[in-house]
Amino acid sequence: MTAIFRREFVSYFTSPIGYVFLAIFYCAAGFFFTLSSIQQGTTELNTVFSMMMFVLIVLIPILTMRTFSEEKKNKTEQCLLTAPVTLGAIVFGKFLAAFLVYAMGVLITLVFAVVVAAISTPDWLLVFGNILGLILLGSAFISVGVFVSSLTENQVVSAVLSFAIMVILYLFSAIASIIPVDFIARIFTSLSFLDRYNGFTYGSFDLSNILFFVSVTAAFLFFTVRVLEKRRWS
Amino acid sequence: MIEVRNLSKHFGDKKAVDGISFTANDGEILGFLGPNGAGKSTTMNILTGYISSTEGEAIIDGNDILKNPVKAKASIGYLPEQPPLYMDMTVKEYLNFIYDLKKCTLPRNTHIADICRLVKIDNVYKRVIKNLSKGYKQRVGLAQALVGNPNVLILDEPTVGLDPSQIIEIRTLIKKLGRNHTVVLSSHILSEVQAICDKIVVINQGRIVADDTAENLSSSLSGEHKLSVKIDGPSKEVKELIESIPGVKSVTLIAERESYSEFSIESDENTDIRRELFSRMAGRNWYIIELKTSELSLEDIFLRLTMGEKIELKGGKRQ
Ligand SMILES: Nc1ncnc2c1ncn2[C@@H]1O[C@H](COP(=O)(O)OP(=O)(O)O)[C@@H](O)[C@H]1O
Ligand SMILES: [Mg+2]
Repeated sequence: MTAIFRREFVSYFTSPIGYVFLAIFYCAAGFFFTLSSIQQGTTELNTVFSMMMFVLIVLIPILTMRTFSEEKKNKTEQCLLTAPVTLGAIVFGKFLAAFLVYAMGVLITLVFAVVVAAISTPDWLLVFGNILGLILLGSAFISVGVFVSSLTENQVVSAVLSFAIMVILYLFSAIASIIPVDFIARIFTSLSFLDRYNGFTYGSFDLSNILFFVSVTAAFLFFTVRVLEKRRWS
Repeated sequence: MIEVRNLSKHFGDKKAVDGISFTANDGEILGFLGPNGAGKSTTMNILTGYISSTEGEAIIDGNDILKNPVKAKASIGYLPEQPPLYMDMTVKEYLNFIYDLKKCTLPRNTHIADICRLVKIDNVYKRVIKNLSKGYKQRVGLAQALVGNPNVLILDEPTVGLDPSQIIEIRTLIKKLGRNHTVVLSSHILSEVQAICDKIVVINQGRIVADDTAENLSSSLSGEHKLSVKIDGPSKEVKELIESIPGVKSVTLIAERESYSEFSIESDENTDIRRELFSRMAGRNWYIIELKTSELSLEDIFLRLTMGEKIELKGGKRQ
C-alpha cells in the first residue's frame, strides 16, 4: 500500500494535476476569504467554508479523474493487480494520495485563521470545526471520484461523471424539499451532504455527521474494490 | 511449478479458453504456441490473477491463484503483452516502485543493479521510460518481472516488436533464466518456441491441440518417414535400385542435374532404410551427396493440427 500511495502522490506533482488543483484551490479559497472576511470586515470564516463546497465539486473530479482510468488505459493496472497486494490496499493507497494532496489545499484555510487572529481573536473552535468539516466532506467526495474513475478508462468521462454525481449529492436537500412523500423526503435530507456539512460551518461537532462522511468514504472505497473485483470476473 | 487443470474462460458467449490443462515443472521452459486470438494472453492473465477463470484451477507453486492470490502472486513475475510501464517515471524510479510493490526483501540496490545488468538496461537507468525505444521498453518490462526473483516467470510474447538482434538476445536471456525458474512463454512464432522451449503446448481457439516436447511432437505426428537424397549416378538405375530396397514404398525423382539426381523416398514407418541405401549405392560406386530426413517440421504439424480443428468444426456445422 505504501508503494502505491507514494507513487501516486509523487505522480500528482510530476504531472500538472497536483499543481493545478492546489493553485485553483488556493485562489478560490483566497478569493472567498477576501470577499467575505476582509471586505465585509467580519472575523467569521464560515462564509468561506460554505462557499468551499462549490469549489470542491469542481476541483475534486480533476484530482481523482485519472486514479484508475489512466491505469486501465495504459494497462499499468495489470502490474498492480498481479502484484502480491490486495485490492483493498491498492484502492486505499490511491485514495490516501489524493486525500493528502487535498489536505495540503485545506491547510491554507488555517493560514486565513492566523491572518484573522492577527487582527482579532477568531473562534478557534469554529475554525477547527470548519476545517474538520471540509476535510470530511473532501474525503467523501474523493472516494466518490475514485469510485467513478474505476468505471471508465476515459479521464474526461470520469471527471464529468464525478462532477454530475457530486452536484446531485449537493442537491439532495433541495430534492427533499420538493418531494411530497414525507419519509422519502426525510431519507434525502438525512443523506444531504450540504446539510451535514453546514452543521460543521456553524461549529457543531455532531458525531453523527462525522460518522456520516466517514461511512460514505468507506462505502465508496468498498464499491471501488467491488468494481475491480467484478471486472476480473466479467 | 505451475499446474493448470481444466481451465476455462468465457467472455459472454465466447469461449476464449476452453478446458485446458497442462503442467510446467521447475527449471522448464514451456512454450505456449498459437495464432492470434487463440487464448494465450487470456490464459496468462488467469495464471497471474489479473482476470478470473470461469472454471478450473491454476496452482502456482502450490498456491491456488483464486483461493490464495497474494501468496501465489508473490511467486510470479509477469510480463504482459503490453509492458505495464508508467511512462512518466525513470527506469530507476519504476523498478524501485516495483520493488516496493512486491515487498521484496532482497538487498535493494544490488538486486536492482543485477537485474539491470542482466537485461542490459543499466545504460538507460536514469532515463524517463517514455523516451525509450520499443526494445528498451520491452526489456524494462522484463526487468520488472524479474524483480523479487520470483520462481515462476510468465512472459506474453516477449519478443514481439523487437528487431532480430534484440530477439536473439532476449531468447538467450530467457533460456538462461529457464535454468532456475519455471518459465511459461507465449508466441505465435513456431521457430521461436522451437528454439527456446523444452515443452510445447499448441493452442487454438481456446483448446489444446498438442502438448509434448518439441521432438516428440514432430515424430509422433509425422507418421510416414520421408527421406530426401541426392545421388551422383544414372538416375533411372538409381531409382530402380532404391525401389528394390525392402521397406521402400515409393521413390520420386524430384530433380535431375548434371552431377546428381534428387529423389524423395517414402518408406515404412518401422524401417530405417538409410544404412541399406548407403551400402547399395557404395556397391555400385554411386555417391550419396546429400541425405536428409524430411520429417514434418512443427510448422507442418501446426498447420495440420489447426486444419484438423477447422475441419471438425465445419463437420459440426453441417450436421
Ligand atoms: N475482455 C475480453 N472481452 C471479450 N473477448 C475477449 C476479451 N479478451 C480476449 N477476448 C477474446 O478471446 C480470444 C482470445 O484472446 P487472447 O487470449 O488475447 O488471444 P491471444 O493472446 O492468443 O492472441 C480472442 O478471440 C479475443 O477476441
Ligand atoms: Mg495475446
